[in-house]
Amino acid sequence: MLAFQILIDGFAISALYALGAMGFTLIFGVSGVLNLSHGAIMVAAAVAAWAAASVLNTDSYTGALIGIFVALIMSFATYFVVVQPIQKSRRIPNEEKEIFVLTGTLLWGIMIQELIAYFFTNNAKTVLPIIEGVVNIMGVRTPQNEIFTAVVCCVVIGLLWLLVNRTRTGKVVLAASMNPRGVTLLGHELNNVYIVVWAIYGVLAGLAGVLLGMFLGVSSYSVGPLTASAFSIVVLGGLGSVSGSLIAAIVVGYLETLTAYLINPAYRTIPALLLLVVVMYIRPQGLLGRR
Amino acid sequence: MSFKTSLCGSASLIALAGAIALGLSAGPARAADPIKIGVIAEAQAIAGASIPQAAQLAADEINAKGGVDGRKIEIVTYDNHSSSADSVRAFQRAVNEDKVNAVITSYISEVVLALEPWAARLKTVMVTPGAASNEITKAVHKDYDKNKYTFHGYLTSASLALSVCDAAKDLLVDGKHMKTAVIMSEDAAWTKPLDVGYQECLPKIGLKVLDHIRFSPDTTDFTPIFNKIEASKPDVIITGISHVGVQPTVQWKNQQVPIPMFGISSQATNETFGKDTNNASEGVLYQGVSGPGLAITPKSLPFADAFKKKFGNYPSYAGYTSYDEVYYLADAIKRAGSTDSDKMVAALEKTDWEGTIGRVQFYGKDNQFTHGLKYGKGLITGAMLQWQDGKQVPVWPKEVAKGELKFPSFIKLTSK
Repeated sequence: MLAFQILIDGFAISALYALGAMGFTLIFGVSGVLNLSHGAIMVAAAVAAWAAASVLNTDSYTGALIGIFVALIMSFATYFVVVQPIQKSRRIPNEEKEIFVLTGTLLWGIMIQELIAYFFTNNAKTVLPIIEGVVNIMGVRTPQNEIFTAVVCCVVIGLLWLLVNRTRTGKVVLAASMNPRGVTLLGHELNNVYIVVWAIYGVLAGLAGVLLGMFLGVSSYSVGPLTASAFSIVVLGGLGSVSGSLIAAIVVGYLETLTAYLINPAYRTIPALLLLVVVMYIRPQGLLGRR
Repeated sequence: MSFKTSLCGSASLIALAGAIALGLSAGPARAADPIKIGVIAEAQAIAGASIPQAAQLAADEINAKGGVDGRKIEIVTYDNHSSSADSVRAFQRAVNEDKVNAVITSYISEVVLALEPWAARLKTVMVTPGAASNEITKAVHKDYDKNKYTFHGYLTSASLALSVCDAAKDLLVDGKHMKTAVIMSEDAAWTKPLDVGYQECLPKIGLKVLDHIRFSPDTTDFTPIFNKIEASKPDVIITGISHVGVQPTVQWKNQQVPIPMFGISSQATNETFGKDTNNASEGVLYQGVSGPGLAITPKSLPFADAFKKKFGNYPSYAGYTSYDEVYYLADAIKRAGSTDSDKMVAALEKTDWEGTIGRVQFYGKDNQFTHGLKYGKGLITGAMLQWQDGKQVPVWPKEVAKGELKFPSFIKLTSK
C-alpha cells in the first residue's frame, strides 16, 4: 500500500517537475540564457488562473488557458524587456553578458514576485481543479486531478519531443542549440529561433504553473523554491540537455517522495540537494551534459 | 535705491516674516501635538494587512470625537515584509525619527520576539495584536523592569490551547463521542507552547493523542502527512497552523481525507479563505476571537461592519485586536495624563476595557504570563467557527452559536 502510494505520488510530482524544468533547459540549450525569473513566471500563471476563476468567475478550463496566456506574455516580456537589451548592449562586454542576464532575470523575477504579493497578498492560492473526485488505485485513494496532471505532463513532453525532432521548426531549434553560427549560415534568422523558443517556454512554464497551482497550490513565497528546483534539476541532468532534465526530474521527484514518506516530510528536499552536490563533484557536466 | 538692493531688502524681509510666522505657529501647535502610534505590520499578508487599517479606523473614530484631551491620534504605518530584520529597522525609525509614543506590531511571534528587546532598550510601549508565543509574556515576567514595555494584546498559545480544548470538550467529546486525536502543527515559535498545551489538555477532556506531527512551514505537499495521520485512525485532527493554511486545506479536500480538522487555523479566519481554497474550506473548524456575525460584545459587529464599509472586506483576527489596542492605548494615555512610557505602562496594567473580542485585562507581575490577556469566562474565551456554505458560522460557545456542526460528505465521523 505504501509502496503504491509512493509510486503514484512520486510519478505525479516527477512529471510536474519535468514539465517545469523542460522549458528552462530548452532556453539555456538554445540561447545560453539561465532565466532566473522562471519561478515567478510559473507563479504568475497560477495566480492568473486562480484570479480568473475566483474573481472573474470563469470555468476551470478558461481559467487555465488565461494562466498559460499570461505566462506566454510574461515570457516574451522577459525576453524583450530584460534579456534582449542586455544581449544587444554594446556597453556590456560580451564575456560579462551571461552574468548580466543572470542578474537581470533574477531582479525581474523579484519584481514580479513583489507585484504578485502586493496585488494578491502572499497567502497561498489554489487553482480550481479541472477534474474533481478521487479514484481508488490498488488501495490508494488518488485524486483524479493528480492523474490528470500526470497525463497532461506526459502528453506535453511527448508533443515537445515530436516538435523538436519531427518538425522543421523544431529541427532548426535543435540545430541552434548545437551550433548557432551554422544555423545563421543556412539562412535562418537566429532572432526568430529565439522567439519560437521563448514562446514554447512560455506555454510550458504556464502549464506547469497552472498544474502546480491545482495540485499543491502556490504563493509569492514559492517563487524562489520553484526557480531553485528547476535549476537543480537542470544542473543535475546536464545544462541544456532535455532528456537529462527528464531523468533528473524523475530522480528528484522520487527521492523527495521517498524521503517524505519514509523519513520525514520536513526533510523532503535535503537528499536531492545532497545528490546534486555529489554529482557536481563526480560528474560536473551533469548526468547527460555535453560540456 | 537701486532695483537690486530693493529686491534683496524685500527678500530678507520675507525671510524674516517667514521665520516669525514659523516661530509663532510652533508654539500653540505643541500644546495639541498629536499622539503618534506606530503600526509595524505585514501589509502583504491577509492577517497582517488588517492591522494598520483597523488601527486607522479606531484613530479616525477617536479623532472624530475630539481625540484624547484635545490631542489627535496619528497612525504611522510601516510595512515589515513579514521580516524580523525589517521590523527592527522600522521600530528604530518609528521611535528615533518619527517619535511615536507607542507601537502596535505584527501577528508573527518571531517578529514580536525580535522587537521585545528593542521595546526595552528604547523604552517604548509595544502591543502585539496577533502573535501568540508564550515567550513574549514570559520574558516580561522574568525581567519585569526591563521588558515591562511589552504587552500581549492577543491570547498566548497556552490560552489558545485551552480555548480549543474547551470547545473540543463540548463539540467533539460530548457532542460526537470522539475519543482519539492527532495533533498536526507547523514548526514555529508559537506552536511549541501550543502543542505542549494540547498534549496536556486533550487527554484531560477525554481525547487520547495518538500521534503528534510537526512539519516545516515551507511544506507544499501534504499527502505524506495526511497519509501518516490516517494510518493511526484518529477521530479528529487537532491543528496548529498559521503560516500554512490554504494548501493543507485544499489537499485535505482533494484527497478526501475522511477526518475532520479542528483547532487553530489562522488563515481560515480570513474572509477570503473560501475563495483562496475554491471552497475546499467547507467543514473546517477553527478557533477565533472574532468573526463576521460573531457578537462577542456589543462592539464586535459595528466594528466589523464599519471596517467592511471602509476597506471592502471583513478584518482578519488581528484587525479586531489592533482596533481594540488603539482604544485602550488612548484610554491609558488619558488615565495616565501623559505619554511618558513608564506612566503608560502603569496605566495599561490597570486596563479594564470592553473591546471587540471580550473584556481586556492584563495578567500582573506575579503571573507567569505578565502582560498577557486574561483568559476565562466574563473576560475572553474565544469561539469556534466552522466554514459552512462558503461562510464562517459560529458554533461555540452556545451563547453566540448560530449553527450546528456540518461536514462535507467525504468526512466519516468514526464514532457517533
